[in-house]
Amino acid sequence: MNKKSKVITAAAVMTSVLALTACGSSTTGNQGAPAGGGANKTADAKKSVEIFSWWTGGGEEEGLKALIQLFKKQNPDVNVINAAVAGGAGTNAQAVLASRMQAGDPPDTFQVHAGAELLDSWVKAGKMQPLNDLYKEAGWTDKFPKSLVDMMSKDGKIYSVAVDIHRGNVLWINKKIFDDNHLKPPTTFDEFFKDADILKAKGITPLALGDKEPWTATMLFEDVLLGELGPQGYDDLTQGKIKWDDPKVKQSLEIFKKMLTYVNSDHAARTWQDASQLVAKGQAAMNVMGDWAKGYFTSDLKLKPNVDFEWTTTPGTGSSFMVISDTFGLPKGIKHPEETKTFLKLLGSVEGQDAFNPLKGSIPARVDADPSKYDVYSKQAMADFKKDALTPSIAHGSAMPQGFVTQMNQAINIFVTQGDVNTAATTLEQDAEQNK
Amino acid sequence: MSTGAKKRWSFEKVAPVLFLLPSIIAIGIFVYGFIGWTAYASLSAWNSIVPDFTFVGLKNYIFLFHDFRFQSDLRNTLFFTIFFIGISIVIGLGLAILIDQKIKGETFFRNIFIFPMALSLVVTGVVWQWLLNPSTGVNLILKKLGVVHLPKWFVDTTVIPKIHWGVISFGIPVAILAVVIAAVWQMSGFTMAMYLSSLRAIPDELKEAARIDGATELQIYRKIILPLMWPVTLSTTIILAHISLKIFDLIYTMTGPGAGFVTDVPGVYMFETTFRGNHYAQGTAIAVIMLIFISLIIVPYLVSSSRKEAE
Amino acid sequence: MNRTLIYLILLVFAVIFLTPVYVVLITSVKDVSEITLDQMWKLPKTIEFGGYIEAFKRLEPSFLNSIYLAIPATVLSSLLGSLNGYILAKWRFRGSEVLFPVILFGMFIPYQSILIPLIEFLRIIGLYNTIPGLILVHVIYGIPITTLIFRNYYVSIPDAILESAKIDGSGIFGIYRYIFLPLSISGFVVVGIWQFTSVWNEFLFAVSITTSGNQPIMVALQNLAGSQIVQWNVQMAGAVLAALPTLVVYILLGRYFIRGILAGSVKG
Repeated sequence: MNKKSKVITAAAVMTSVLALTACGSSTTGNQGAPAGGGANKTADAKKSVEIFSWWTGGGEEEGLKALIQLFKKQNPDVNVINAAVAGGAGTNAQAVLASRMQAGDPPDTFQVHAGAELLDSWVKAGKMQPLNDLYKEAGWTDKFPKSLVDMMSKDGKIYSVAVDIHRGNVLWINKKIFDDNHLKPPTTFDEFFKDADILKAKGITPLALGDKEPWTATMLFEDVLLGELGPQGYDDLTQGKIKWDDPKVKQSLEIFKKMLTYVNSDHAARTWQDASQLVAKGQAAMNVMGDWAKGYFTSDLKLKPNVDFEWTTTPGTGSSFMVISDTFGLPKGIKHPEETKTFLKLLGSVEGQDAFNPLKGSIPARVDADPSKYDVYSKQAMADFKKDALTPSIAHGSAMPQGFVTQMNQAINIFVTQGDVNTAATTLEQDAEQNK
Repeated sequence: MSTGAKKRWSFEKVAPVLFLLPSIIAIGIFVYGFIGWTAYASLSAWNSIVPDFTFVGLKNYIFLFHDFRFQSDLRNTLFFTIFFIGISIVIGLGLAILIDQKIKGETFFRNIFIFPMALSLVVTGVVWQWLLNPSTGVNLILKKLGVVHLPKWFVDTTVIPKIHWGVISFGIPVAILAVVIAAVWQMSGFTMAMYLSSLRAIPDELKEAARIDGATELQIYRKIILPLMWPVTLSTTIILAHISLKIFDLIYTMTGPGAGFVTDVPGVYMFETTFRGNHYAQGTAIAVIMLIFISLIIVPYLVSSSRKEAE
Repeated sequence: MNRTLIYLILLVFAVIFLTPVYVVLITSVKDVSEITLDQMWKLPKTIEFGGYIEAFKRLEPSFLNSIYLAIPATVLSSLLGSLNGYILAKWRFRGSEVLFPVILFGMFIPYQSILIPLIEFLRIIGLYNTIPGLILVHVIYGIPITTLIFRNYYVSIPDAILESAKIDGSGIFGIYRYIFLPLSISGFVVVGIWQFTSVWNEFLFAVSITTSGNQPIMVALQNLAGSQIVQWNVQMAGAVLAALPTLVVYILLGRYFIRGILAGSVKG
């Protein structure tokens, strides 16, 4: 046997070891649901639609599953791939989505908050298809509030379908504590601080906060901004007509700072659920959180609305509605455009919205949904949604670009511990400039 | 005959290289090529979802060195490294000396101290996050023992002493000590194993001779054994330092960046700014800085190791 | 030094080291109703496996992913390291003493410094978000450590064996195949355990290269909290499940594991 050829064979073996790993051995294929990996997936013969979201727990997941079931009932020949990514209130999912979109492997449709999260990223990058025809076809032109449609539109083109609305400016209250101390839900900052002083003197934590994940503190601050600047001023700020180092913003920072003197000392170790729990268990009196907290109160902790807990709008925001809306769009270059359009039509229908929202604890985005399917809190929110000024949330990526939100979370995180108003305002202004 | 020998000679020269070639190419591309690409991206303007390779020079680096979060990261990494290495070495050496006293149940003890090494830092983070939660865990025991001022562990935002430095306060961030505890629990078994193996390499005659000369046990350790431990201390320190400088999973799972970034480290910042904020150029700049720090420690070590080999 | 004192100190440390184990185990078999912050140290009133059932239900797919990832990655990188180590130990050529530290450097780099181009590369070749993609990553970045351990292992095999085989006319590969490979059993055990443990426990690559459905166990464990209430019994049961394979390996083959730890440190 020729030695030379032996060596060459051996070298070839070595190379193929590496090549083999690169090709992926057959032992590792075909397990679990095919999640993404579209680049090496052949087009499936069967009709299917892949739905990407971060709804992986509790009522969210139930709502999504109810939607999928409804879709399957109407389209038995279509295979639904539920590509939900867990963890971190959607932050993990957004990272995954960004990498898939860049890889040219978009999911057929994905969850995205209305506003900047949709428009300043995917629409701006030219990755989405307009849905005006779909809206006309389905007769939706007057079924969604105009200001919500504006949050999904750029240059007159609509880019997504809103499935739900969450409210961000809610103050949750432990009813027993308030009744025992003869307090009424506060509507202004002055009332809030008066109540907080009374509670603090009694040794009760007035306000629960859990900012282990920094967006919760950012949310509290955006509600302060809304209360201090009013809906018009808030919109001016997010649209760059008011600067972030404006005296009004600094005043809001001062109020926010004062609020922080009334929170639980271990706030940095708690998640939003832990903070809600403090209110539920009577260890704290109030908590500011989006209305997903109601779902947590009622379904996870089995509390009764208006018996165990009550609610009001955060101070100064009585006629505003801080909107966090989950929407789904139609990316360019997807494999199943027809099935996806069918799914989007279901999402925007009364039937679809009423199947999903009662389970998730949100309210429908349509103005003509059936209120009888919803609980006492949601009925009230639905009524407010029709008459209040709608403002997009910053913390949840609707009002400002993602890059700004990340930096604002940092600035707020620093402010919570340092309390330096001028530095915070200057930093926020720089961040806003940087992310224009 | 002569041609055969010649052929064989040239062939034997080439064959080893052929064998190594796939690995050399792989390392060349995946380590050095990718580092080059990362360095290139760190000089670009790519700070959104859309790649943008406009050259901006050191802008991202300048931004970082003025950034509150990155300055905090440098401070935290410095103190994390010092405490993590210091405590691991002291505990590791202490345990190794005790186990080396020809005790019963040596295997049992050794296994207990080393087993955390077999765990993932993710598991360690999940577990210690609960043990050091200020409202439960260790604090319950301290309360029972009558401690009045319970530590706030990783939620503590105090920095001692507060020295004004850049835009942050410089000093020991108390919260980082909580992470150090978890890291020491995981890694001191490693230092113990390192010391134990070099203690075992010391010939018994050396100790015997010293005893005959009338030296006490303490003197033997101080004068003879500890000086022999320097080389292993050095290599252990270097290994722990490089682990500490690139730490990510433990902190990401246990505390996250922390309030006011008291437990943040470059690895976590890089991950968040890149994958959450889409600031790719900033993320790569952080990665390059991490690489430079680690290289400053590792490169001299590798060079001197290979020099020693050559001798 | 007093013997009793030695034992006392060692026992105290052993208790401290085992404390987290105690907490994890008792919490994992508690019922949800028993898990309150102030009852952490109390033994469970009844032993419930609900936490394990729930954790297993949620972690099972990713547990399998980790198996499909760790075993092939371990086998392939051990083979590669063995060949590399053999060449670098016994077939010196000009530049090989420079090449060795150049390869070793790859062991120490922070992987953040190659992460973004790596993700791009995996996308281009269509292996992003796949287990084979992760295998490839672990094999390549495993080259330095496996090469190092095998090289140090083969250096101790006498050159005389090599020389006599050469005289018998065996070639470079023949010598490896018939002489070195049979002598490498314990080397393979050490490297195999080391690689299996590292790959199983790795988090950064896992969290940035795979997404839903293809995630290894550690990412799933990290996400177990999800967007929901943290159920500590499920979390702790999950931690036990995630740690089980490497712990079993450690308990059965601890001696080799420790050898791997020591071999992984570059010797001066």
